[in-house]
Parts: sequence; structure tokens; C-alpha cells
Amino acid sequence: MSYRLGIDVGGTFTDLLLVDEKSGRTWSAKVPSTPKDQSVGVLAGLMRVCRQAGIAPSAIGHVMHGTTVATNTVLTSSGAKVGLVTTRGYRQVLQIARSYVPGGLGGWVIYNKSLPMAPLALTIEADERVDARGEIVRPLDEGALRASLAKLKSAKIEALTVSLINAFANDAHERRIREIAADVLPRVPVSLSSEVVPEMQEYERTVTTVANSYVRPVVQRYVNSLGKKLASKAGEVKLHILRSDGGLASAASAEEYPVNLLMSGPAGGVTGALWVALQAGFPNLLTVDVGGTSTDVALIMDGVPRLRRETTVGDVTVRASSVDIRSVGAGGGSIAHVPDLTKALRVGPQSAGADPGPAAYGRGGTEPTVTDANVVLGYLPPMQRLGGDLELDRALAARAVGKVAAALGKSVEDAAQGIYDIVNENMVGALRLVSVEQGHDPRDYALIAFGGAGPLHANALSRLLGSWPAIIPPGPGVLCALGDATTALRDESARTYIRKFSETSAKEITGILEQLAKTAAAALEHEKVPAQEMRRSFQVDVRYHGQGLRLTIDVDAKDLAKRGLKAISDPFDAEHKRLFTFALPLEHEFVALRAVVQGRGITVKRPAIPRGSRDPKAAAVGRQAVTIDHRKAQATVYDRAKLRAGNRIKGPAIVIEMDSTTVVLPKHTGLVDKLGNILIYPDGHKGLR
Amino acid sequence: MPARIVQKNRRPFRKLKVDSVTIDIIESALRNARFEMDTVLFRTAMSPGIREQHDEFPLIANLEGKMVVGQFGSFIHGFLQGYDGTVEEGDVFLTNDPYSCNGAISHINDWLMLMPVYKDGRVIAWAAMFGHMTDVGGKVPGSLPTDARTFYEEGVAVPPVKIIRGGKLQDDVLKIILHNCRLPTWNYSDFHAIVAALRTAAIRCVDLSRRFGDDVFYSAMDAMLERNKRAMRELIRRTVPEKKQHFEDYVCDDGMNMGPYRIACAMWREGDTCIFDFAGTDPQSISSINFLLNEEMFKMFAGVYMIMVFDPQILFNDGFYDLMEVRIPEGTLLKPLKPAALSCRTHALGRIFDVLGGLLGQGNPAFMCAAGFSDSPHFMYSGYDKNGEWYQLYQIGFGGIPGKPFGDGPDGHSLWPSFTNVPNEFLESYFPLRIDTYETITDSGGPGKFRGGNGIRIGYRILEPGEVSIHDDRWLTYPWGVNGGLPGSRSRKLLKRADGSEQVLPSKTDRVKVEPGDLLVYETWGGGGCGDPLEREPAMVAFDVDAGLVSVEGARRYGVVLKNGRVDAAATQALRAEMATRRGAPALFDRGFRDIAELKGRCKAETGLEPPAAPQFQARTRSRRRAAAEARPGRA
Repeated sequence: MSYRLGIDVGGTFTDLLLVDEKSGRTWSAKVPSTPKDQSVGVLAGLMRVCRQAGIAPSAIGHVMHGTTVATNTVLTSSGAKVGLVTTRGYRQVLQIARSYVPGGLGGWVIYNKSLPMAPLALTIEADERVDARGEIVRPLDEGALRASLAKLKSAKIEALTVSLINAFANDAHERRIREIAADVLPRVPVSLSSEVVPEMQEYERTVTTVANSYVRPVVQRYVNSLGKKLASKAGEVKLHILRSDGGLASAASAEEYPVNLLMSGPAGGVTGALWVALQAGFPNLLTVDVGGTSTDVALIMDGVPRLRRETTVGDVTVRASSVDIRSVGAGGGSIAHVPDLTKALRVGPQSAGADPGPAAYGRGGTEPTVTDANVVLGYLPPMQRLGGDLELDRALAARAVGKVAAALGKSVEDAAQGIYDIVNENMVGALRLVSVEQGHDPRDYALIAFGGAGPLHANALSRLLGSWPAIIPPGPGVLCALGDATTALRDESARTYIRKFSETSAKEITGILEQLAKTAAAALEHEKVPAQEMRRSFQVDVRYHGQGLRLTIDVDAKDLAKRGLKAISDPFDAEHKRLFTFALPLEHEFVALRAVVQGRGITVKRPAIPRGSRDPKAAAVGRQAVTIDHRKAQATVYDRAKLRAGNRIKGPAIVIEMDSTTVVLPKHTGLVDKLGNILIYPDGHKGLR
Repeated sequence: MPARIVQKNRRPFRKLKVDSVTIDIIESALRNARFEMDTVLFRTAMSPGIREQHDEFPLIANLEGKMVVGQFGSFIHGFLQGYDGTVEEGDVFLTNDPYSCNGAISHINDWLMLMPVYKDGRVIAWAAMFGHMTDVGGKVPGSLPTDARTFYEEGVAVPPVKIIRGGKLQDDVLKIILHNCRLPTWNYSDFHAIVAALRTAAIRCVDLSRRFGDDVFYSAMDAMLERNKRAMRELIRRTVPEKKQHFEDYVCDDGMNMGPYRIACAMWREGDTCIFDFAGTDPQSISSINFLLNEEMFKMFAGVYMIMVFDPQILFNDGFYDLMEVRIPEGTLLKPLKPAALSCRTHALGRIFDVLGGLLGQGNPAFMCAAGFSDSPHFMYSGYDKNGEWYQLYQIGFGGIPGKPFGDGPDGHSLWPSFTNVPNEFLESYFPLRIDTYETITDSGGPGKFRGGNGIRIGYRILEPGEVSIHDDRWLTYPWGVNGGLPGSRSRKLLKRADGSEQVLPSKTDRVKVEPGDLLVYETWGGGGCGDPLEREPAMVAFDVDAGLVSVEGARRYGVVLKNGRVDAAATQALRAEMATRRGAPALFDRGFRDIAELKGRCKAETGLEPPAAPQFQARTRSRRRAAAEARPGRA
């Protein structure tokens, strides 16, 4: 029982990575995804990777899985029929939402709001009231509620959400309604807002809890079926699902709180990137995952991914912690166009998708995409076969890019260069959101690129941001599965706690944090994590009294005992100053308290690759005409599998492997490190010395 | 004498031909910088109006002061003409006086701050931003007195002053200002939040200029303006007819029982120039509903509307201003003379958008949206709680979004950019009140092929003795419908006293005493309908009925008959045929009344309020001497 299996299910491929916990040796497999029932593909991959490793499936002890099931359910509006119970007077809480209309001045003219995940026709009111301090103003009318629930029963709802006003302060009525619902609507799963997200703000709490109900039956079915199938092949394995915040949830917790899985897939990429980069010695990172339709970016500081207290999928934003991943509609399939009126070149957010895909795929696509620009520029050479067998057609790519060229009055190469530059700028926009906008200087960070198309753009992005090196891990496609396999069990417990500093004490805060830590630890104990392996940490959300923001401050328990609340207010002031250039001489206020308990992660290391000389010529497989920065040049093409540690790849160069292509720009050098990563630096950079 | 800009580096900028992709890159980078300004302010500000509801506006301008990205059009040129002093590196200017900046801001709650962006001793750009402060002193909490007759009653007015001189805050000046405000802590932190946002913009501009070179940065901004001008020229040519279009609409009353006030505007094209002429607008009011409308800002409004309706991809900036001419007669509601009171200008500001919609659509009825950008309803509640602590709430409400040719108007949503509501749980935690009801009003959206959004009903349960102020409009006139769409419902405020008595409150009122147990039922207006309601899919009407947004009775206004929750197809067809005959061809506009006299005649019966009297005007023209004096701040 000393093997871990990481599984990442993507739109096209399912990646699996098997890790021997003792030796750190890994085996990977790639099989086609099976969208109808993803567990079919997973099982096929499991058998294949076990055969490669020569082990019996029963040798696998833990399966860690990043899934997009929850995400896709939201994106395709294919969730459950959800009933909602609100406090009397609040039936339309989702209809009104925050009254926000996107698009700036006049944006309403073109704004059409999507329907709420719990239809108004299936929303009922409970006659009850709790005030902001948790006092019961009006008791629950149980008789009336039973009658209303009976209506939802006849409407055949598949999941029920209860979200009452001020339930964050007192959950008694919500719990009572669950009891009554168990009676009236047996077997319908019930989600309570006071459990899913016990925080102030009725709309956010309600939409989050409704989202939980919406994806719950689908996730439940999936996790259940996957668990059973795994058990049938591999016996008793612990199945864990990667959460949006990069932690792992047990199968049971995933089924109950699936709203925490909405970013499960991308979070795997970030944790995988972190695992790779830490071993290469880079704890400060910008991660860039370039897919077909979008690019996901995140920031990691001192080995810890930045989290945010919300998750956005499509036009749904919920209050669930997630790795702060920002998406921009810029990927290989993004379409370039030139609007008639402005004559400006724009790329995305429209995408050619997987079907027909870029023109170069020869599947009938005619719109110019980013991939087509890469083909025209020579960055995707004819000898490259995407995913192993897809041939690229330069003539079709050039014809498609020609449309943009004609509209701009430029050559095809110049237009392709424009597309490449603009899409890079769009990606930089997303990278700025996670870096400069949060007060981080991108020049203090390395950049790691993965996903099929990431390494094509990595060098250019690093050059724009000054983030060195650009790290290209080997097998950038399986990074998500790697992240899944190497993640530690983690749980957190939090509560809203609004108090001015003068109204509480360090002692009181410590008491509550200890209590929260116990709750979080219980979940890990249930997963049989030994107590000595658990690491506890505390966080508090703080602001100046009167502000709306909340900054999360890590609490050092010893410092808190010694210095009192100054141990929190000092770092808060410093963080406020760093983020916003000023601090205020005003009273501080707690907003929320949180304890995080984490199990031990896997400690294995990736094995080193053989050493070679500085000159990579043994790996050279050809030459390719390229256009870089509007200049024509000849790039050397290398086969990644033949690269050796210590090789120095002088740009312009292209490195090909089965699932991705790396571009090294002129005046830059890619250094192959002992783990097989390519570290790209500008010539003369101290990293090359 | 205009401001003197002190620059150590006198080297002029060179105009270069910049590659179009570089322009695109600088354009998106500046757009990001402008959103960063928002983020910094929202996160650090304290006035709920700014931090929760986003009543603030940023801009970045080129070195000549033309807005390149932003949302309120540039006033910088005018500011520089009027400011008697120097502009130096590290300076930040503050003003809240509409009369000193030609209406770039239009009441003194808005604190406008301006900062020159220096790089290597030269100004390369300007950053500016304003936000609505909860209180700036004056005769009533919230500083929006409905009964003010002059600007001096409204609070502490700050002419353009150098509040930060060479990087150093002028503490004494700020102290004097804050001393006159009821919630100085909020103003203090909001002030710093705006400064932080300006600095963010400045850092981004300097970074960009460093990355691309000063001359490229300078030339690219110019090219962005030029690009926008080109696109707008095309848009104006295609969409604005040479024949004069007329439209007029009303502000219902002035808070002193007089009204309605007419806003009239004509629009036509001469060559490439689009002309707006407000001749026919009523003279300035003796109360505080006057709206000092900056011509440049109006151009921006008009441009944005054209862009949104016809081609939302265009990035708007000041580039097209030469292509528009705005004529506003002096001494009118939209160009009042100092010292006319201005605080409650929100009604006229909202109405300007309805007028614009009515004008722009006439040339292209297929693109026409209904009315409903009618106002910015305010609720204010203040007093001392049990512990003797002062509480003061300023909250902006929302009505129904108009129906539009692209779809229904959302229910209870904001027409103002990036505004959001305040969570009720937040209100209940920080203020002595409970929100008993927070819902949209069934049937309040105007029926149409595309339905107008429903208005909102908020039930405020009062928990401490205090005073309430209300500012709203569209209680007498209706948000009109277009192309056969019917008007939305009107707004209404009802105070249900703890003792069981009821009182309809005027839509604009101050100092209403409230006691624990009282319930204020605050209802806003619905959006007008767009297109023929008889053409709406009966299934969509049934869906709205099922959701409780339209009643079974209300469905009949669409000619839809429901039986046991299902559409009765035969009865629907018959009813629709009958209604079509009775009605005849649908009108372009449906205002919901024949003329003002007819409207006033049924006012009392329908609204519970006496009809307002015809406005009395104090006609004023300003003397030449006074005009000259007013142009020099500090000497007026």
C-alpha cells in the first residue's frame, strides 16, 4: 500500500500519475477522457499505469483526484432541480442579487441576466426571523412550512437549500427546517447556509449554498460511482478529491460540500507547478496554464498559493475559498478579429474550441486563432504532432491569418506577430491581477508555464513581466495529475466574528481559534491522519472598523500570547500599507476567525535526469524558419527527451515533446536543470552563471 | 490667470508613428490601470456609498488633460484655465465645488481629486477620481437638503486647493474641512483611499512610459483618442439623422411642492457634427434639484450610449469630443447660476439618460430602449442610539431596468455603472433597523415584448428614534415604454406607524421623525416596456407568473389568459385580437398620460399626494462683472 495515484480529468485527455511513496519514482499515462461517465476513462488509465509500473492495483493506497465535474455542471447548466427556503420577505434574494449590472455606463443596454440556479417558482418563504445578533425575533411557523415544503415535493425537487436571514449568527431555524424536510422530503439532500458558508451577506451565502445543492446530486453520483469502481479493482483505497483551495477533501466531504470543488481541476495545476518549482528552488512563482480557450494564472509566495475567499465559474461567483486563479479568455483556440469601426486587432474571447479548432488542424476551421499564428510564425513546426498524431497544416493557418492581415493591411507574418503579441498582453493582464494589483512585483517571481500551449508563450510573458526564469517542467501536460498526487490532506474551520479590538481580547481570540482547530482536526482524524502529523495554523480576517474589505492575517499563537492584539494589528497595518500605500490611525475590527489543519504531504522527490555537456547538439533534430519580433531567423529544433542536465539551449530555439512545444527567444538561453526543467533566462542574467 | 505647470524637464514630446499593436497594448494596460484604481478605492473606503455601492468615478488623461480611459469625461483643461497657481510634482488637488470646475462634479458630496503624473521632471499624464462622501456637513445629515435655496446651505465647499503639496499633506486644510463633516473618520479614510488610487494610476503610467519610451507613450495616447474619433465619426454618420429629433421629459417635483420641471433637447447632425440643444428646458429651480451639467460629460454620456447600442466593442475616451456640440442655455435647470443649490441633482442627472434614450432611438426605432434610468433613490436615516452614539446611513436604491431590444430589463438592478446594493445583513449589523421585506414589486415592470424590470419594495423596520430623509422621483410621471411597450409603475413611500396610522410620504423629504416599531415601505419605479406586449411569447408570460414577477391579472396586460397556471391558447388569441383592435397601431412612446393637467387631475386619487403646483422661477442672468469674478476662485 505504498503507491499514490493522481488523476486529472480534462476535456480531451485523462492524465494519471502514479507515485511510489518510498522511491519517489513516477509513472504517467494519458488516456482519452470519457465525458459521459468520466470514471470509465479513469479506470482504463488506472489499469494502464499499473501495468506500466508492474504493480497490482491493490498496491494503491490513496487516490487523489482533481475533477471538473462540478465546474462543468455549472457551465452547462445541467445541475439539479433545486428548491430554496428563505426568510419571509426575501424570496427574491437571488433575483435581485447584488443589483449589479456589468459593463460600465450603459452596460444595461446589452446585459441579459441569467436565471438563478434555484428558480423563483421553487423558492418558498419560512415565517421566522432572527436578528443580526442571533436573537430570535419571531419563532418558526412549522405548520406553514410543512405545507410549503409539500408543494416543493410535488414539484419533484432534487435538492433543497435553506438560507435564512442572519443564519450566520444563529442556525437554530435552519437546522429545524432540515429536520422537517427530512420528514416531508425524505432522500432529498438538504444544504444549510449556516453550514456551507456561515458568513454575513445574505445573497452571497444563499447563492453559494444553492450552488452546493445544484451540483450536489451530480457530484454525489460521480464520486460514488468512482469510489465503487476503484474498490472493485483496487480494493480498499482512500479516495480524495482536490478542493478549489488546493486542499484535499474526503469523498464524503466532497459529496456533502461540492461547492468547494468548483476549481478542483485548475487547483491541481497550481499545486503540481508548486511541487515542481519548489524542488527546482523557486518558492516564488507565477503559474500560467494555457489551454484551448482560456489561460489560468495564479501567484505563489514563499511556497504558498494565494487564496481568495470566492470562486467564479462562468457568471456564478460563490463564497468558497479557492486558489486565487484568474482566467482570461485567451488560449490556443482564441480567435483574432479586426472590428470594422476601430480597425483595432483583438484576440478572443471567442474561441474555435476543440471543434472545429484552429484552421491548422485541418478540421474545417477557417477563423484565425492563436495556434494558427504560432504555426505561421514557425513556433509549431511541421514535425510537431500535437498529442502525438495531429498534423498541422501551415497553408491553412496562413490562409486564416491572412484575413486579419488583409484587414490590417499587413503581411501574414506581421499579422501573426500581432496576434501573438496581443494574446500575450491579455495573459499579462491576468498576471497583473494576481501580482501588481495585490502589491507583488512580478520581477520578484519566477514564471512556470504548463498546459499544452503555455511553453509557447512562457519566454515572451517572462520578458514582458521581468519574471525570471521562465520554467518549463517536463511533461507540462501531466502537471495537474502530479499536483493531485502530491497534495496533503487539509481542512479548515471558520466563523464570522465581528468585533472591534477594544471589545475582545487576545485570550478570547485564542480560545475560539483553538476550538475551530479542534473541529478542523476532527475531519482529518476521520481520514486516519495521525495527530502528530497534523500541522495547525490560524488566520484572522481584519479591517479598520468601518471598512468593507477584509485582509487575511496569519496569526502566530506565541506572538499573540506575548504581545496581545498588537500581534495582529501591526501586521495588518503593514499589509494595508503594502497593498494600498497608506495605513490609518483607526480602530481595528475582526471579521472572521479561521483555523487550518493540514496533514503531511508526500515527501518524495522527482528523480534526476542524466547529466550532459553544455552543448545540447545531441538533442538537435532539425532547423526551422521562424519569425520573432518581426524578424526572420532560423531556430534549432530539439527533442526534449534527448536533453540532458546542464545543456544550454541558445535562442532562437524550439523544443518539442509529445504534449507541448517550448519557444526560446533570441538573446535568451534555456538551461536544463538536474530534474529536466528548462529554465529560460535572458543572456547575461545571473541565473545563467 | 491659468495654472502654471512647473516642469524641470522642458524637452518637448515627439509625436511618433506608433505601431497599431503597441497602441492596443498600451490601451489595455491603461484600461487595467483604471480598474485597479476602482479596486484600491472599493477595498479601502469607508462610506458605504463608495465601498459597497461604488459611487465613484476614475479617469486617466493624457498630458493635455484629455480623458483616455475613464467614465466622466475630462474637466482638466477647464480646471487648469481656472486655477490661479502652480502645478508641481507631488501635488494633489481637491475640490468639491461644481461651480469651480464647470460641473465636472455636480454636487459637493462628490470629492474630486486630481494629480499630475510626472516622470523625469515632465508631466506625462493626469489621474483623477471622485467619490460620493456620506456627509459633507450643511443643514441636514447626508448633506442633500431638499429645501436648500442656495449652495451655501449644503455643506462645506472646497474650491480647487492643493491638498498635497510636493508630496506633503496640508494637514491644516484637511482639518478644517473634516471639522465641518458629521462623519469625519469616513471622509478622512475615503480621502486617503482616493489618493492611493491616484498613486496607483500614476505608477502604472510611469511604468508604461518607461517600458515603451515617453514619446511612444505620449503618441499612443494620442492615437487612442484619434482611433476613437474615427470610430465615433462613422457611428454618428450612420446613426444620427440630419433631421432634428426632439424629446422632452420631466423631473416630477422640486421637494417644495412645485413641478414638474421640463428637460427638453433636440438632436441633429450637421456634416460630421452631432448637435444637442437643450433650448426649451425650464429655468433653474429655487430648490436644490438643479443639475450643473458639464458639456463634455454630456458628450461622454451620449457617446457611451451610442457605443452601447450600436457597437459595444469601441473603447470610449475624449477623442470624439470635437464631433459633438452641446448647447445648454444659461440660467436653466441644467446650467444654473451660482449660488443656486445643487445637492439634489440626482433626479435631473438620471432623467438626462432617459432623454438621451428618447433622442437616440428616434432615428433608429429598432434599437430603442424604454425609460427607467429615472433616478437614484436615496434613503437616509440618522440619530443617536441607546448608547448615545451617532449613527448615519446613506443608501442608494434601484428600480427596474428598462426593457430593451436585446431582452428584458432585470428586476431591481442598477443602471449606474458598477453600483451594487448594500447587504441587508450588513445594514442590520451596523444600523438600528431591520429589513422586513426585500423584494421586487409584482407587475411594476412595464409590459412589452421585452418586459421592463420590476421596481423594489424595501420594508425598513425602525429600531431607534431618529430622522429619515428620502430622495426619489418618478412618483408622478412614469418611466415610458417604447414601440408599443407600456410604462413602468411609479414609485411610492408609505410610513406605517407603530400605532397603526399610515402616511404617504412625499418622494423628496427631510427630517421625517421616526420611532421604534415604525415601518417605512420604500417602493421604487419599474422599467418601461419595450416592443408590443401582445408579441411576447405567452410561455414567457406564464413563466413570470409562475415566478411571481407578474400576476395572473397582470398577464392580461400582455393579452395572455392563464387558467390553473397554464396558458389558455384560445382565450389568449381572442384577447390579443381584441386588444390589438382596441389599441390600433402601437405608439412610438407611451408616457402613461395625455398632458400634465390630466396627470395632475388624477394625482391625489392615485398617489395619495396633492399634485405639485406649477413651478415659480426666479429668472436670473449673470452680469459680465460677476462672470469674470466667478472665473477666479477665491474672489467670487
